[in-house]
Amino acid sequence: MPLLDVKDLSVTFSRRGQRTVRAVDGVSFAVEAGEVVGLVGESGCGKSVTSLALMGLLPKQKGVTIGGSAMFGDTDLLQTDERSMRDIRGRDVAMIFQDPLSSLNPVVPIGIQVTEVLTRHRGLTGEAARKEAVELLNRVGIPDPSRRLKEYPHQLSGGMRQRALIAMAVACAPKLLIADEPTTALDVTIQAQILELLRELVRESGTALIMITHDLGVVAGMCDKVNVLYAGRVIESARRKPLFADPRHPYTNGLLGSVPRLDSGKGERLHAIRGSVRDVLPWPDGCAFAPRCDQRVEACVGEPPALVEDIHRHAYRCVNPESRTAEVPS
Amino acid sequence: MSTKTDKIDRLSELSAAKEDEHGVSLWTEALRRVRRTPSALVGVGILVIFVLVAIVGPWLVPYSPSELMGINEVRPGVIPGPSAEHWLGYDHNGRDQFSRLIVGARQTLLVGIVSTLIGLTLGALVGGIAGAAAGLGGRIGRAVDSVLMRIVDMLLALPSLLLAVSIAALLGASLTTVMIAVGVVSVPVFARLLRGAMVVQAGSDYVLASTSLGVKRTKIAVSHILPNSLAPVIVQATLTLATAIIEAAALSFLGLGNPDSATPEWGLMLADAQQYLDVRPGLAIFPALGIIITALGFTLLGEAMREALDPKLRK
Repeated sequence: MPLLDVKDLSVTFSRRGQRTVRAVDGVSFAVEAGEVVGLVGESGCGKSVTSLALMGLLPKQKGVTIGGSAMFGDTDLLQTDERSMRDIRGRDVAMIFQDPLSSLNPVVPIGIQVTEVLTRHRGLTGEAARKEAVELLNRVGIPDPSRRLKEYPHQLSGGMRQRALIAMAVACAPKLLIADEPTTALDVTIQAQILELLRELVRESGTALIMITHDLGVVAGMCDKVNVLYAGRVIESARRKPLFADPRHPYTNGLLGSVPRLDSGKGERLHAIRGSVRDVLPWPDGCAFAPRCDQRVEACVGEPPALVEDIHRHAYRCVNPESRTAEVPS
Repeated sequence: MSTKTDKIDRLSELSAAKEDEHGVSLWTEALRRVRRTPSALVGVGILVIFVLVAIVGPWLVPYSPSELMGINEVRPGVIPGPSAEHWLGYDHNGRDQFSRLIVGARQTLLVGIVSTLIGLTLGALVGGIAGAAAGLGGRIGRAVDSVLMRIVDMLLALPSLLLAVSIAALLGASLTTVMIAVGVVSVPVFARLLRGAMVVQAGSDYVLASTSLGVKRTKIAVSHILPNSLAPVIVQATLTLATAIIEAAALSFLGLGNPDSATPEWGLMLADAQQYLDVRPGLAIFPALGIIITALGFTLLGEAMREALDPKLRK
């Protein structure tokens, strides 16, 4: 049984007088223990909403409807009440956010913010908590941790802040970590360091990681399995190698084509996907990507394409997929 | 050549200055910015003098403020003016006006501080509960917030002086009454400010982040949201000190203050002086000047603090 089994997750936002938005529309994926699973897509495709839904962090108010199930062991994360969710969060499932500066409380020293989690879930207080906090900061590669504990977030560099947040997230050795674009707010060299740190933590502790990103480089370097999202649905899902070697969905192909390559010829233009994410066909009327697709055929419009899986467990939602280029080991 | 060495010196200075910034909290940073504002320094200067006078004044004055020493020289239409012995002359009861002015600073400061504290405490309590409930309490919390804020709105709808007069009339004229009345008048302002700041902070990333770590809601409200919401409240408290002194003076002037004029208080002195404006306008001018200058001091400091703590103006 997988560690986390998300089935048919859907999130809709409706507001009186406005069109209902299906931000996530029947997303299913599974995460095995110790595995790194990527959720990839451009802004507005539903990746962050998926993660917030799994954590139970979407506002509980009229107009927000969550459907489907997310079995985490024996508990359905989507059905658990807020009180039990608070025990699960931080202890079993933790999250790393995009912007480390705004995710830390500006008026509270780092040390207090780290020990807070230790006190909450592991009952550590006083000197024991402080020692553990030093140990944690050390583990995530923050030099001189006992001095850093007394400092405020604005005194730390961006990379240090993200390390501190990661320290807080892994403080209770959660079984599942969700990283929502953890490197987007950092510069490139720091990005590499943070990814290396995450990779190390996953390898050492056997924590499973859901990596939410728009950066295919991050996916290539980290993920075991990849789910590509478009307009709230998974449009392609495969293990990393087949996905990169042999993308079947034109959107995935377009994403890969829009990444600059070292081996491309000089003066060659980067491929861009036509239109913008707003040019979406509602899923019930056909393929949402159809208006931007170069390979559109008549069958694309009319009814939504089904997710089909080939013999290599490579699934894609397309009626006219890219042809297989070569036999790839899966 | 010298310009080059100057540059190097300057650079080393700058790099040395950076070292200092370790262990600097936002509050320390704000304080440093207040120190760099000239108008704030003027305000602080005024307030330091005022507080010193309020504390040691009673021991400095040449005469007792309640001794009717010049009663024989005061006649209808004649109140002796400034002289070498009595710098500001007598008041209508033949008491030394200068001594009364100095000693009066203490009462005035007391009224300002106590009434601001009353307003701040009650307002922060109501606003804090409403803010935490609105930000984190779900549906029930929003209901609690609505009820509390509608009550606050009702208080806010009444003209402040009218409200203060009603409270003072209800409790009977005394100094305590003035403090309570002025304090209660400022409750809605503090409540609304704190609630508003807390609701904004409740939607911030670090609150989401600590929620995602399983931190309990009360803990989030008290140790994360509240400290981040205090800045506007503290600024308002400084500004309220100024208006509290003026409002207390107004209440005394209207005859709702301490009826016993033995302990001098600037508002009361002003009230007493109105009957003798045509005889000795100085009796009204000096306490009024005292009130204006003190209020100015608090306002200058408050404005500077507002700027120092405003995240939008932070570079």
